[in-house]
Amino acid sequence: MSDHAHDISKHKKIYVMVGVILLLGTLLTFALDHFEAIDLKKKAGMLVATLAALMIATVKGGFVAGVFMHLSNEKKWIYWVMGFTFFFFVGMMGLTLWGMNDIPGQGNQFDAKTGLPIVKKAAGK
Amino acid sequence: MHTATHTDTEHRAHEHAHEELGFWRQYIFSTDHKVIGIQYGVTALLFLFFGFMLMLAMRWQIAKPGEPIPFFGPILTNIFGDVAAKGIISADLYNTFGAMHGTIMVFLAVVPLGFAAFGNYIVPLQIGAPDMVFPRVNMASFWVFFVGCVIMFASFFIPSGAAQFGWTSYSPGATTTPGDGQTYWLVGMIFLITSSLLGAVNFIATIIQLRAPGMTWFRMPFFSWAQFVTAFLLLLAFPPLEAAGVMQLADKVLGTSFFLPTGLFVGGNPADISGGGSPLLWQHLFWFLGHPEVYVLILPAIGMVTEIIANSTRKPLWGYKSMVYALLVLGFISFIVWAHHMYLTGMGTKISTFFQATTMIISIPSVILLTCLFISLWGGSMRFHTHTMFALAFLPMFGIGGLTGLPLGFNYSDILLHDSYYVIAHFHYVVAPGTIFGLFAGIYYWYPKMTGRKMNETLGRIHFWLSLIFMNLVFMPMFAQGMAGMSRRMSDGGATYAESDGVLGLTAATIQSNTAISHAAFALALAQIPFIINFFWAMHKGEKVASDNPWESTTLEWQTPTPPPHGNFDKPMEVFRGPYEYSVPGHAGDFVPQNEPHKKN
Amino acid sequence: MDIPFTTKARPDTGLYNAKLGIWLFLASEVMLFGAFFSAYILLRVGADPGAWAHGLMNVPIGTFNTFVLILSSVTVVMAWAALKAHNYSLYRNCMVITIACALGFLVVKSFEYAEKFRHYEVWMKDGRRMTGHIDYEDGGVKKHAYLWSTKTLSKKKIESIAFTPDAPNEWATGQYYPPLTKEQLEHVKKHADSDTHHHEPIAIKSADIQRLSAFVPAHSTFFAIYFTMTALHGLHVLGGAIVLSFFLFRGHKMWKADPDRLTNRIEVGGLFWHFVDLVWIFLFPVMYIL
Repeated sequence: MSDHAHDISKHKKIYVMVGVILLLGTLLTFALDHFEAIDLKKKAGMLVATLAALMIATVKGGFVAGVFMHLSNEKKWIYWVMGFTFFFFVGMMGLTLWGMNDIPGQGNQFDAKTGLPIVKKAAGK
Repeated sequence: MHTATHTDTEHRAHEHAHEELGFWRQYIFSTDHKVIGIQYGVTALLFLFFGFMLMLAMRWQIAKPGEPIPFFGPILTNIFGDVAAKGIISADLYNTFGAMHGTIMVFLAVVPLGFAAFGNYIVPLQIGAPDMVFPRVNMASFWVFFVGCVIMFASFFIPSGAAQFGWTSYSPGATTTPGDGQTYWLVGMIFLITSSLLGAVNFIATIIQLRAPGMTWFRMPFFSWAQFVTAFLLLLAFPPLEAAGVMQLADKVLGTSFFLPTGLFVGGNPADISGGGSPLLWQHLFWFLGHPEVYVLILPAIGMVTEIIANSTRKPLWGYKSMVYALLVLGFISFIVWAHHMYLTGMGTKISTFFQATTMIISIPSVILLTCLFISLWGGSMRFHTHTMFALAFLPMFGIGGLTGLPLGFNYSDILLHDSYYVIAHFHYVVAPGTIFGLFAGIYYWYPKMTGRKMNETLGRIHFWLSLIFMNLVFMPMFAQGMAGMSRRMSDGGATYAESDGVLGLTAATIQSNTAISHAAFALALAQIPFIINFFWAMHKGEKVASDNPWESTTLEWQTPTPPPHGNFDKPMEVFRGPYEYSVPGHAGDFVPQNEPHKKN
Repeated sequence: MDIPFTTKARPDTGLYNAKLGIWLFLASEVMLFGAFFSAYILLRVGADPGAWAHGLMNVPIGTFNTFVLILSSVTVVMAWAALKAHNYSLYRNCMVITIACALGFLVVKSFEYAEKFRHYEVWMKDGRRMTGHIDYEDGGVKKHAYLWSTKTLSKKKIESIAFTPDAPNEWATGQYYPPLTKEQLEHVKKHADSDTHHHEPIAIKSADIQRLSAFVPAHSTFFAIYFTMTALHGLHVLGGAIVLSFFLFRGHKMWKADPDRLTNRIEVGGLFWHFVDLVWIFLFPVMYIL
C-alpha cells in the first residue's frame, strides 16, 4: 500500500462500497427467511435456502477477507500459511463428515421385540 | 515530528537505564527466551518425574494386584483416602493414575521439554536472533502453561480425585463419570492448549522474521527446521481439541449433549439430557490433534539427534535437504491420518482404506529421516560422548517403535491388536526410548551452553547403559503380551482373564511377565538416579568448559558467550555457509562455523 | 536489546512481526471455529428426525446485529486508512464508532440471551410438547421464571406451573396440553405474530411433565452449539473491543511518539476485528435462518 493521499481516498471509497455490498447481502439473507417460494419446512426448500445462504455468506466473507483484510494483495508467507490452514480445515471437516457417514448399518431400523436390525429387502423390481 | 523523535530517544534511553532487572523480572517474570526455556525445562522435568512415579505405582498394582505398596502405601492412603485404603491401589485410583500418567507425560512433560524448553532456548540462538519475536507473548505462554499445570496437579487433591477416563477422555464415559476430576482436566487442557498456541505463533514468526542475515532456509540447522514444522502442527491441530474441550466442558457443566447420544443410560437410569449428540465427534476432534501430537513429541527429538549425530560424526549430514523435505511432507500428511486410531469405532471400509493408505504413506518420510541419519554414520570419525550414545540409541529404538506401528496402521491387523499391550509397547518405544532418549541426548549436549559446565561422563555412561537395558526389558515383553491378547487399562494385570480349565484366556506366562516387567521398571527408576545426581552435581562441580564451543560445533548457538547474555550475541551475526560443514577439505580445523566468512582469493 | 522488524517490514518477507503474528493467530482461529462449524454440521446432519430445534431464533435481531458488525468492520478499516493519510481526528471518530458498535452488539446479544433464558419448552409424558413462558408468584409479585429445569420442579416442590404457550410455531406445533378450549385456541392464533402473550396461562401438573427446559444449552443440541459458538464469538468481540479501546485512549501518545507503530497496530487489531466479523457473517445464516 502506498501512502499517497489520493490512493487512500480511493481506498476509502472502495471500503464504503464493500460495506454497502455487505449490508445488501445481509438483507438478501434476511429476505430468504421471508421468501414464500422457499419453504424451509420442506427438504428441497431447505436445500435451496442452505445453498443460497452459504453462497451469500461466502461472497460476503470473500469481500471482508479480500478487501478489508487485504488478502487480495498480500505477501507470499501469508498466502502459504492461510492456504495450508484452509486445506487442513477442509480436510478436517470433509474427512470427519465422510467418516461419520461411512458407517455400515447407520440408519438401520431395529425390531422392537428382538432388537435385531430389520433387513431391508432389495428394491421392488 | 521533531518532538516525536526526541521523545523516542528519551524513551530508548529510559529503557537502557532499566537494563539491570530485579530478581522477579530476571528470573520469574522474565521475557528472555533462555530463562523461559529453563522455566519450561524445570517444570517439564518435574512432571516427567511425577508421571514416572504414577507409572511405578501402576506397575506395582499390575504385578501384585491387591497387595499394599511398600513404604509409599501409607503416603498414598494419607493423600487419597479410601481409594488407596491400606496402601492398596483400587481400580478407581488405578484409572486416575493411568489417565493422568498419559496426560502428564504428553502434555506436561515431553512436549514442554522437547518443544517449549529446548525450542525456546536453542532456536533463537541457532538462527542468530536476539530473542523470540514476541518476548512478552512468550512469557504469557509459559505462565498460562504453568496455570494449566497447577490445575492438572491440583485435581489429584480434590475429593473426587483426578480424571480417570484415559488421556483420550472418550465421551460419554468421561462426561458421565461422577466427580469434578474431568472438569479440572478440561479446564487445565484449555490453558495448556492456549499456551501452546501462543508458543507456536511465536516460534513460527521468530523463525520466519528473525533469522540472521545470510541464514537462508537451507542454511538453517535441522533442529530449527524440526521446531518450525512442530510449531505448525501445534498451531493448526490444537484448536480443534480446544473446541472439543469446550464442548465436553459444556457437557459436563451445562448439561449439554454434544457428545452424548440419545437414549443414554447412566447407572441404570435414563440420563436427564436432550441427547442427539455424537460420541464419535469427540474422537474425531481429539485425534485430529492426537495424531499430529505424536509428531509434536517426536520431531524435536529427531532434530536434537540430528544435530548431535552431525556433530559427533564430524561429517556433514547425509541428505540434509531430503531430510528437510521429508520433514515437511511428514508434517503435511500427519494431518490426514488421524482416524487410524478409530478403526474399531465401526467406520466403513472406504474411509478406513483412505486412512490406512495415508498412514502407510506417512511412514515413507519417517523412514527417509531415519535412513539419512543411519547413512550419516557411515565413515564418520565418531567422538563418543554420553549425548552421542543416547543419540545413537535413539535410532534403533525409534525404528522399533515406528515399524511396530505398521500392523496397527492396517485396519485388519489392528482389529486384533487394538487397545492391547502391543499398542502400549509400540507408542512407548516411540516416546520413551525414542523421544526421551533424544531429550536426554539434548540435555547432555546443551548443558554446557546453559551452565558453563559439562555433565560427568562416567555417570552419564552408567545412566545410558542401564536405561537402555531396562527400557527394553520393560517394553519388549509387552509386544508379546499384547499379541497374546492382553488388554490395556486392566487394573489387575489381566488376572481376571487368566486361563482356567476349559476356558480360553491369558496364559500363565503372559500374566507372569507382568512381574518381570515391573521389576525392570523399578530398576529403570534406579537407573535415573545417576542422571539426577549428575544434573545437580554438575551445576556447581562439573568440569568447566574451556571454550564457548566445547563440542566444536558449527551452528550459531555455540558462537555466543557461555551462558549467553540477554540479547544473545555480543557481535552482529552473519551467516556464510550451511549448517554442517564438518571436515571440510582445505581447512585447518575439522569444522567451520556458520558465521565464518569465506576466504577471499 | 531491540527486536528487529517490529515496525519496519523485513525486506525478504515484506512483513513486520506483528502482522505475521496476527495472521498465524488467525490461522489457529480458523481451525478453532472450523472445528465448531464441523461439529455443527455433524450434530445437525446426525440429529434424529424432528429433533433439530429450528425456527426459534429472532431473525430481525440477528440481522440488526449483522448490520452493526459490518458497520464496525467498515469503520475500523477506515480508521486505519485515516492513520495512513495522517488524519488522526478521523481515526478517532472511526474508532469511537467501532467500539460503540462492538458494545451495541454485545448489549443486544445479552438481551437476546436473557430472552432465551426465560422461554421454555415442556415435553409432556404423553409425547406432546410446546413452547412458552412460565410465570409464578413470589410474595404476591408476579415474576417470569428464569432458567428453570425439570430439577427445579422437584427441588422447589412445585406441583403445577402456569404456562403461557406460544402460538403454534415451526418447532412446537401446538399440540397443547391440556387441549385448549376453542376460545383459547382462537386467542392464541390471533396473536400468532406478536411476541407478547396476552392470553391466559394454562396450568400443567408437574406429574405430567417429562422434561422442562428453558432455551439454554442443555435444551437441545441446537441451543448447545448456538450458545457455545455465539458465546465464544462474543468473547472475541469483547476482547477486540478492549484492545481497540486501548488503541483509542492511548493512541494519541503513541501517535506522537511513533506514528508508524500505531498505524501498524491498528492494522493488526483491524485484521482481528475483520475476522470476528467474518465469523459472524457465517454464524448469522447458519444459526438464525437455516
